[in-house]
Amino acid sequence: MISGIAMIILCALGVGLGALAILMWAISSGQYDDPEGDAMRILIDDPADTPPGPHR
Amino acid sequence: MGAIGAASPRDARTLSDLTRFVQPGADGSSRFEVLVKGAKCAGCISKIESGVKAVPGVTGARLNLSTGKLQVVWQGAPVAPLAILERVRDLGYEAQPFDAGETLNEGEREGRFLLRCLAVAGFGTVFVMGLTDGIWYGGVDLSPQLRQIFFWLAAAVAIPVTLYAGQPFFRSAARALARRTTNMDVTIGAALILALALSLYETIAGAEQTYFDAAAMLAFLLLIGRYLDYRLRDKAQGAARHLLAMQSQLARRIRTDGVVETVAARDIAPGDRLLLASGDRVPVTARLEEGATEADVSLVTGESLPVDVKAGAKLEAGTVIVGHGVTLLALARADQSLVADLARLLEAGRQRRSVYVRLADRAARLYVPAISILSIAVFAGWIAAGADFAHAMTYAIAVLIITCPCALGLAVPAVQIVATGRLFAEGMLVKSGDALERLADIDTAVFDKTGTLTRGSLVLQNRDAIDAGVLERAARLARASSHPLARALAGAAGLGPVAPGVREVPGSGLEYDDGGTLVRLGSAAWCGAQDAETGEGSALWFREGDGTPVHFELRDALRPDAAAMIAALRARGLRIEMLTGDREATAAAIAAEAGVDVWHARVGPAEKVARLETLRAQGRKVLMVGDGLNDAAAMALAHVSIAPGSAAEVSQLASDMVLRSDRLMAVAGAYDVARKARRLVMENFALATIYNVVAIPMAAIGLILPIIAAATMASSSLLVSLNSLRLNMGGGRS
Repeated sequence: MISGIAMIILCALGVGLGALAILMWAISSGQYDDPEGDAMRILIDDPADTPPGPHR
Repeated sequence: MGAIGAASPRDARTLSDLTRFVQPGADGSSRFEVLVKGAKCAGCISKIESGVKAVPGVTGARLNLSTGKLQVVWQGAPVAPLAILERVRDLGYEAQPFDAGETLNEGEREGRFLLRCLAVAGFGTVFVMGLTDGIWYGGVDLSPQLRQIFFWLAAAVAIPVTLYAGQPFFRSAARALARRTTNMDVTIGAALILALALSLYETIAGAEQTYFDAAAMLAFLLLIGRYLDYRLRDKAQGAARHLLAMQSQLARRIRTDGVVETVAARDIAPGDRLLLASGDRVPVTARLEEGATEADVSLVTGESLPVDVKAGAKLEAGTVIVGHGVTLLALARADQSLVADLARLLEAGRQRRSVYVRLADRAARLYVPAISILSIAVFAGWIAAGADFAHAMTYAIAVLIITCPCALGLAVPAVQIVATGRLFAEGMLVKSGDALERLADIDTAVFDKTGTLTRGSLVLQNRDAIDAGVLERAARLARASSHPLARALAGAAGLGPVAPGVREVPGSGLEYDDGGTLVRLGSAAWCGAQDAETGEGSALWFREGDGTPVHFELRDALRPDAAAMIAALRARGLRIEMLTGDREATAAAIAAEAGVDVWHARVGPAEKVARLETLRAQGRKVLMVGDGLNDAAAMALAHVSIAPGSAAEVSQLASDMVLRSDRLMAVAGAYDVARKARRLVMENFALATIYNVVAIPMAAIGLILPIIAAATMASSSLLVSLNSLRLNMGGGRS
């Protein structure tokens, strides 16, 4: 019983911290710097277009 | 757009000196930033990026639509920055090199930091709630030992999370305390730290209640408000930054060896010879060396008709050459020129403008002392009632946590972000959040004439009196010239053929030989007519051979919705005035047409400022709408100001809001939205207060359980946010 709860809590902590780490990476790589542009970019249908990435 | 349009890369003798805008990268690459104006959609992004990437040597180009910045990167082979600017312009967008200062990324860094805090607080809130809320519900029958383990786990997550995510509040509170003042953040910071401290104390003591989840959630909800506020400010600063960059005009300088080079206006030294083409803006105060031309001084003085300029005349910065291209001798540096003078006047005006205290800060001034006194009173009350120190402290802290201005922190930014978003869609760019609050206060509206109430361009007035055939024959001559009067006439006649062999005599007019008949278009003297002083507007005459001269009356026309906008503002109880640098006759005609009864003509920049000072001394809160350089100082002094999008850069910079379309009606629309926004902010304050009135007595008598604190905090914030969204619902949409 106790060990089950401990496991669940540790899993929750791990998943939460993992998601937080991914979000932190996304923020520092500039993916939240241009919300308006990103909303528009999905409409550009150029297959040769390079995917957005770190540009700084 | 200034002298920039004239620089042509195809001119082999043109050298570019834009290298100082290029920043070297670490890996041998070079970076060049361009501010692009006019890009709005996905098509623009791909057009600009692929267009610039096609410039030989460029390895990367990326346009940030939120800031309007295009970042161009190249490696190895040098690329001429001018070629990139020209490419963007060829694609149909305005482009300016961007001088990347150190302030450039400050906003971006702050945004990223707030987002990080928000993410951390969100994670902490959910995780701690998961741990402790089960206990509040009592669904899990936990032994005291296990409960204490849960509390310790919650402490291990909530304490670092809250301390990290609370940084924006702690810093702001520390700044306020260092200045020996208080603000909302002082209460917020105290509540966050005390909630953690109290919970830690309770955990150690083995108590049944902690506030770890409340602390994390408090930080999370308040950070949402803070982030919204940042987004608003960033957008406003972006607009200002854009305007500043637009001032980094370019000019063409003739070197002593005869080579023409492109330089930034600020690099011009007195004594430099500058080449200006028709349509260019004079970058610094300068003298016309030789020849003659016509200049549009409407941005400088408000005069709506072009003036003749002869050799030796002094031209102020901001004057636009509309006649022949000329060579000018620079008399001053850019920072000593009129534009710079106005920028200084503007700064002075800002300082003289009465200090405006934002609504949120006014609320905080009442709120902070009230909460502090209340908490102390609760503590004293419990001590007096015989409770021990620890219990009295607990209840006092509970009051502080429950009253922490969660909903108050959201009340203003939530409304303002919705309001500015709506105004943006309606064609008004709001440069700061408090501009909206100030717009809601006004009782007087002062308008400039030229370029604000009027279009700022000439329109044929007596069209009905002129035979269509005559108009067409005159337009054949007019189409051959770039003179503003001729262009206005050509515009009135529409597209058509141009007469062959038209000769232009500067200062007089146009002529051509139509099979033996001399056909002339120009001044009264040129066409041998008696100059009937029409009083207003400008006259153009047309004569075929020995026929009777025909009179064309051209005048700056009122914008189509100007009268309706004035009427709408008057219906809302505002006093309307018009100030113009133009002549009495013109001013009177426009004022009558627009329905303005109070007006002053021949008013210079200093007199406009004086008039606004007078109005302010009478206790009036003035909205100033203007577009010229001559309005900028007055606009900086006004309670709130609006500039049309066609205005001079300095005026756009001085204004609190910029009209993005030709629709003046948006001014009345903005006033309505501002009033409605203020009403909603007040409603939000009321909602937050009602919630406190109910919650505080419960907290004070020790009835507030952590679960109730969490629920009320979340629900009041949600209520305030939803109430703010009502601004977007029908009703009052103009």
